[in-house]
Amino acid sequence: MGEGLKLDKLDIQHRNGRPLLAISAQVPAGETVSVMGPSGVGKSTVLAAITGTLPPAFRYSGEMSLNGRRLNDLPPQERRVGILFQDHLLFPHLSVGQNVGFGLLRRTPDRREKVAEALSEIGLEGFADRDPATLSGGQRARVALMRTLLAEPEALLLDEPFSRLDAELRGKMRELVFERARARQLPVLLVTHDLADAEAAGGEIIQLT
Amino acid sequence: MRTESRLSVVPALTILLLLGPIAAGLVGTVLPAFGLMKVGGGGSFSLEPWHMLFAEPGLFQAAWISVKTGLLSTLGALVGCLLLVAGWQGTRTFSALERLLSPLLSVPHAAAALGLAFLLAPSGWAARLNSPWLTGWERPPDLLIVGDPGGWALIAGLMAKELPFLMLMALAALPQINSRERMQVVLSLGYGRVRGWVLVVLPALYSQLRLPVYAVLAYSMSNVDVSTVLGPTAPPTLAVLILRWMTDADLALRGIGAAGALLQLAIVVGGIALWRLGEIAAAALARRAVESGQRSAGWRDQTGRVLGIVIAVLAGVSILAGLASQAVWSFAGRWRFPDVLPAQFGLRSWERHGESALDVTLVTLGLAALAAIIALFFVLGCLEAEHRRGRSMGRAGLLLLYLPLILPQIAFLPGLQILLLQLGAAQGFLPVLATHIVFVLPYMFLALSGPFHAWDTRYATVAAGLGTGPEGVLWRLRLPMLLAPILTVTAVGMAVSVGQYLPTLLAGGGRLTTLTTEALALSSGGDRRAIGVWTLALTAAAWVPFAAALVVPRLVYRKRQAMLHG
Amino acid sequence: MKHILAAAMVTLGGAAFAEPNPADWDAVLKEAQGEIVYWHAWGGATTTNDFIAWVGERVMNDYGVALEHVKLTDTADAVSRVVAENAAGTDAGGAVDMIWINGENFIALKDADLLFGPFAEQLPNWELVDAEGKPVTVDFTVPTDGYESPWAAAQVVFIYDSETLSEPPTSAEAIAEWAAANPGRFTFPQPPDFLGTTFLKQMLFELVEDTDRLQEDAGDDYAEVTAPLWAWLEETTPNMWRGGRAYPQSGPRQLQLINDGEIDLAVSLSPGEATAAIANQQLPESARTFVLDAGTIGNASFVAIPYNANAKAGAMVVANFLLSPEAQLRAQTPEILGYGTVLNMDALSAEDRAAFDNLELGVATLSPAELGTALPEPHASWMTRIEQDWRERYGVAN
Repeated sequence: MGEGLKLDKLDIQHRNGRPLLAISAQVPAGETVSVMGPSGVGKSTVLAAITGTLPPAFRYSGEMSLNGRRLNDLPPQERRVGILFQDHLLFPHLSVGQNVGFGLLRRTPDRREKVAEALSEIGLEGFADRDPATLSGGQRARVALMRTLLAEPEALLLDEPFSRLDAELRGKMRELVFERARARQLPVLLVTHDLADAEAAGGEIIQLT
Repeated sequence: MRTESRLSVVPALTILLLLGPIAAGLVGTVLPAFGLMKVGGGGSFSLEPWHMLFAEPGLFQAAWISVKTGLLSTLGALVGCLLLVAGWQGTRTFSALERLLSPLLSVPHAAAALGLAFLLAPSGWAARLNSPWLTGWERPPDLLIVGDPGGWALIAGLMAKELPFLMLMALAALPQINSRERMQVVLSLGYGRVRGWVLVVLPALYSQLRLPVYAVLAYSMSNVDVSTVLGPTAPPTLAVLILRWMTDADLALRGIGAAGALLQLAIVVGGIALWRLGEIAAAALARRAVESGQRSAGWRDQTGRVLGIVIAVLAGVSILAGLASQAVWSFAGRWRFPDVLPAQFGLRSWERHGESALDVTLVTLGLAALAAIIALFFVLGCLEAEHRRGRSMGRAGLLLLYLPLILPQIAFLPGLQILLLQLGAAQGFLPVLATHIVFVLPYMFLALSGPFHAWDTRYATVAAGLGTGPEGVLWRLRLPMLLAPILTVTAVGMAVSVGQYLPTLLAGGGRLTTLTTEALALSSGGDRRAIGVWTLALTAAAWVPFAAALVVPRLVYRKRQAMLHG
Repeated sequence: MKHILAAAMVTLGGAAFAEPNPADWDAVLKEAQGEIVYWHAWGGATTTNDFIAWVGERVMNDYGVALEHVKLTDTADAVSRVVAENAAGTDAGGAVDMIWINGENFIALKDADLLFGPFAEQLPNWELVDAEGKPVTVDFTVPTDGYESPWAAAQVVFIYDSETLSEPPTSAEAIAEWAAANPGRFTFPQPPDFLGTTFLKQMLFELVEDTDRLQEDAGDDYAEVTAPLWAWLEETTPNMWRGGRAYPQSGPRQLQLINDGEIDLAVSLSPGEATAAIANQQLPESARTFVLDAGTIGNASFVAIPYNANAKAGAMVVANFLLSPEAQLRAQTPEILGYGTVLNMDALSAEDRAAFDNLELGVATLSPAELGTALPEPHASWMTRIEQDWRERYGVAN
C-alpha cells in the first residue's frame, strides 16, 4: 500500500514530436501533490495520461504506476483512478442515487443501503430519487465526490474541482475532499491554477511552466 | 477485446452495405448497355443499345429538360437559401422559419409534388381563389402550367422541396464556421447584411455546403417522382423515359434503358462539372467584389433580403398549402370549378380507401423502421469504432457517404433490377430493404455524427475512473444521454425510407406496395380524392416518427430537467 | 413476407410438380386452398381496385385463396417479368400468378408459349358464358384457345357533360368540327396508354374506307390505309386541350378534367364508368354517355395464367369466381364498376337472371340496344405501328 502514485519521467509530446511537458512525481498514500501552472500549459493532459484517455493528438513516454501496478498498458477502467472535474459531470439521465451507485459492481448486495449511507455521509439523506439538475452547486460537488469514492479507487485525480464554487463553499469542499482522501489513504494529484487550493492540500507543489 | 475486434469490422461492413448494391447495379447497367448481357441470355459486345438509344424520338429534348430543370432548380433553391440565411439569420422571423424546417423537410417528394400540382393547375386552388371575381374565369383557362414543355412547374416544385434541405445543411454548418463573429466584424465595417455575409461567411459556408448541393443537383437532374407529377410529358425527362424502357414488356428495351441510365449518369457528372466551373467563376467575382470595397448597405441589401424571404415563404407556403388541399380533397364531396371549397364534405373517400391506406401505412412504416434500425446499428457501430480508434473518417469517408446521394438512382437501380431478373432472384422485401438502407444510412450518419461527437467525453473518463469499460460507457451513458438525437435521426431515416420510390419499384418488382408507390400510381389516374387520402397517409407516415422522437424522450426523461433542455 | 412463405412452399413442394387439371375441379379446389395468388392488374382506377379487393375477400372466405393485387401502372410490367423469368430459367414458382390482360400483351405471351392452359373453357362457370354473342373467344383477331378467361365485356363509349355540351359529336368528322369550334375542350389519354391507343383505333375505323382490311395484318399498304387518320389528327391536334402539347396520362384522369370543367369529352372502354363516377362524385350529375353513329369497338377483359405461375390452382379458382353470377352482377352494378357482363342470360338460373334484369343501369349508362353491336378489334399489328407513329409525330412534339 505504501507506494502510492508514481510518475517517472512522464514526458508528453504532440503527435508530431513537439514536446508539451515533462513531469516526475511521487504521491504517497493519503497525501496530495498539487500541479500548478498557467492555463494552456497542459496540466489536464497529465491527468488524461494517468486515466488512460490521452487524446490521439498526443503521445507520451515514461512510466506510471499505482501501488506498484504499472498503469501504462492498462485500459482506463482497470486503472482504479477516480477523477473529479470542475463541472462535477453528474450523469444527467440518472437520479442522484443512481449516480452515486454507478461505480458499484452490478450485483452489489445492499446497493440501496450503501447508496443511502453514502448520501447521508455527505448530508444528503433522502436525495436518492432526486434529479441531479435540481441540486445546488455544492450538493453536486459532494455527489460527484461520493460517486467516485464509492467505486473504491486507489488514487484520486482532481482537475480544478473547486473553481466553480463560491468562496465559502470552496473552503468546505476542499476540507471534505482532502479529509475523505486521507481517511481512505488515497494518493491525490491536484491540478489547479489557484494557489489557495494547493496550499489547502498541504503537500508538495509542482510548478509547470 | 473480442468486442473491440467485432466492432472494428463494422465500418468495413458498412462500406459493403453501401457499395454492394451500387456496384452490382452499375455492373448490371454497364453490361447490357454494351450488349454484354441480355435479359434472356447470351450477348456479345455491341453498340446496338446506343444506336437504338440515340434513334429514340425526343431523346435530346428529354436530356435537355433534365439538365435545365436540374440546374435551374438547384440554383434557385441555393440562392433562396443563401439570401435567407444571409439576410435573416438571428432574427425572429428566421427562428420561426427554422421551426417549420423539419416538418417541411420530411414531407415526401411525391406528396409535395402532388399537392403542388393541384395548387398550380389552371383548375387548381390558386386559380379558384381568384375566379371568377378577379379573372372572370367561369371555366379553367386552357393554359399549360403543370407539365409545361419548358419544365417550369417541375423547377418550381424541386426548388420548393430542396430549399428546406439546403437550409438544414446550412444551419448545421454555420456554428462550425463562427458565422456570428464574422458577421459582427463585417457589419461594424459598414457593409450591408447580405453583401457582408456573402463576402465573409459564404466562402466558408459553401465549402461545407458543397456536397449537399451536389446531392440536390444530382437528384434534381435525375428524379422520377417529382418529374412524373409536375414534369412535361411529350417528351418527359430522361429519367422518366429510362423508367419506361425498364418496365416495358419488350425486354429488348432493357438494353436501351441501360444505355440511357449511363447517359443519365454522364449528364449528372457533366452537370456537376458545369456547376463546379460556375463555383470557380463566382469565387473570382467575389474576390473582385472584396477588393472594390463597395458596401451595398442600402436598397440593394433590402432587395436581397426581401427576395430571400419571398422565395422561402413561397416554398414553405406552397408545400403546406398543397398538403392542405390534399386534406380538403380527401373529405370532399362534389367539388367543381371555380368553387374554392367543396359543395359538400364527407367521409366517403376515407371509407373507400382508409382501410387499405392503413394496411399499406403499416407496411411502409414497418419497412422504414426496419431499414432505419439496421442503418442505426451500423451508424452507431461506425461512430463508436471511430471514437475508440480516436480517428475520424476524413474526406474519403465523407465522399463515400455522399456517393449514394449524388449518384443518380435511375443510373444504377435499373441495373440492379436487370441483375436480379437475370439471376432469377426473388424480388421483393429483402432487395427493397437492402436498397432502402443504401439511401437511409448516409442521411442518418450525417445527422447523427454531430451530436455523437458533441457528447462530452469527460463523462467517459469519469466512468472509467468508476471502473466502467467502453461497453458500459456506450450502453449506460452515451446512448441513453443521446436518446433524443438518436430517435430524431431514426425518424430522419424512416422519413427517407418512406419517401423512396425507385428503389421500392425496381428492387421490389412491384410486389411491395408502399405509400409512395401507391400515391404515384394513383397520380396518373387523377382521382384527387383517392390521391388526397394516400398523400395524407404518406405525409403522416413521415411525420409520425418525428412526433414520436419528440415525445418519447420527454416521457422517458420527464423527471430529468437537464435531458429536456440540454 | 407472404411471398417468402410462398417461395418456401414452392421449394418444399418441389417434388410434387403435377400441373393442376381444370377438368378435375375438386382437385383444383383442394390444391388452391391456402395458396396466395398474385394478380397483376392495372391499379390506376380506384373503382377496379375496390372490386379486386372485394374478390379477394370472397375467394378467401369461400375457397381459402389469398388474393394479392399487384397494382401495375402498365400491364407490360407483368408480361416482361414472365418473359424475364423464362429467360432466367425460373420455370416454376414465378412471381406472377395471374394477369389482367388482353390484346398485344396476350398475343406476346401466347406466341412465346408462356401461358398455362388451355384452362378457360374447362372452368365450371364457362357454361354460363355467352361465347356466341360476346367477344370472349377472340382477342384482337387472335383466337384465345382457352389460354385466357374473360371477365368483363368492354366497348368504346364517350363520356360528356350534358350541361356544357348539349349535342355531342357522334363521328370522327363531327369531333373534328366541334373541336375546331371549341378549341381546348377535347383530349385523349396519351398513347401508349391503352385507352389512348384504343381511341386512335376507333378513329381509324371511322376514317378508313374498307374496315375489313383492318382484320388482316398491317402490311405494305399501312401508310395508305392509315393516311386519313393522320390527316384527321393533323387537323384536330392543334384544337385539342393544351393545343395537343400535353395529354392526360390515363383514362380516369379525363374524368377529373371533365369535373374541373377543363374538357367536355372523354373516351372510355367501360359503358358504366360514367354512372360509377357520378356515384363516386368524380363526375357531375349531368354526365352522360354516347356512342358513335357507325358503332364502336368492343372487346373483353381477360385473365391469363403464366406457364410458371406459382399458384395455378388458386388462379383458376379466382378466374372461375370472376365468372360467377355474383361477381358478374357486382361488376355490372353501375355504382361499383359498371363493366358489361360476359354471361349468357339464358344460361342463368331464374333468380340470377332476375337479379341482372333488376339492375338499374343508371342515368349515364346506355342500354344494350343503344350501345349497339360492338365492332371487332383490328389486328394487333395496326395498333403497334400506329402507337409508334403517333409517338414520333405527336408524343415528342414539344
